Amino acid sequence: MMILGKKIGMTQVYDNDGRIVPVTVIQAGPCTVMQVKTTETDGYEAVQMGIDNVKKSRQIKSQIGHASKANDVPKKFVREFRFEGSPGEYKQGDKVTVEVLAEAKHVDVVGTSKGKGYAGVMKRHGFGGFPGSHGTERKHRAGGSIGSHASDRGHGGNVKKGKRMSGHMGNVRVTSKNHALVSIDAEKNLLIVKGSVPGPAGGYVMVKESKV
Amino acid sequence: MKTEILDSVEQKSLKSKIPHFEIGDTVDVHCKIQEGNKTRTQIFTGTVIARKGRGINESFTVRRIVNDEGVERNFPLHSPFVVDIKPVRSGKTRRAKLYYLRQRSGKSVRLSERRSEHTSA
Repeated sequence: MMILGKKIGMTQVYDNDGRIVPVTVIQAGPCTVMQVKTTETDGYEAVQMGIDNVKKSRQIKSQIGHASKANDVPKKFVREFRFEGSPGEYKQGDKVTVEVLAEAKHVDVVGTSKGKGYAGVMKRHGFGGFPGSHGTERKHRAGGSIGSHASDRGHGGNVKKGKRMSGHMGNVRVTSKNHALVSIDAEKNLLIVKGSVPGPAGGYVMVKESKV
Repeated sequence: MKTEILDSVEQKSLKSKIPHFEIGDTVDVHCKIQEGNKTRTQIFTGTVIARKGRGINESFTVRRIVNDEGVERNFPLHSPFVVDIKPVRSGKTRRAKLYYLRQRSGKSVRLSERRSEHTSA
């Protein structure tokens, strides 16, 4: 079971034992099933959902045509889920609400992480850096050596592929798994999950029931 | 809009009724304590020296002197473990945070009493 949503933000609630639980609030659905992909027509099975309408002046013809097959208007956030469960469970044009997750205990959340820009190795990969004093000069946050003359066994000093260096950090798809689903508010379309989920408040996320 | 939604989520965990108490009050805090399977209520008496935070995050600090040693406890205001708060005596204060009491000992710790309706009962 899966749904699309929007991260609202984080807060705290008390659980039944009186303990405080940090939670993220996700406004999920109602989504529209834009398309159901099958092995015969598309080569794989998936269900494509969309959430939040595009406003009239920004709609383009190709989107309108695609959405009209589901009797709906173009959506801001459209994502596919590979099929899990029996085919025919979803039909084009169906509405999906948070109630599909009513029986879920844990969920996986997929989002786009916050962009950190060009980050050094300490922040990006957790390197230790160099001492603050004792003679260290101009390289307190440097990554150290990245190779030597002999590092490639006589073929010249190449830097090994995959060597962790500084570079762009964040703004990538991140899956965070097994969040306890604290509660569901069907009236306001809210999912309340334990812990933090990827991305900024207002960012779109995909929510799936966790595999046990 | 966003904060409205967050507020509505917090709302379920908030206590509907919080007894009125002020900074400088001497209060009895009834707190629930779990020992194995048994739960009992313990009373912590002291002076409220700070109250901070908003909404579900709100907490207050109670200070008392035990065996010439200052003891402070922070209570989350909306915690289910805090069963009741009973103001016993009002103290006259000119500050919202009474951290200066930490530097004092003996007689100078005392706050002069102020007549107030919520504690006179």
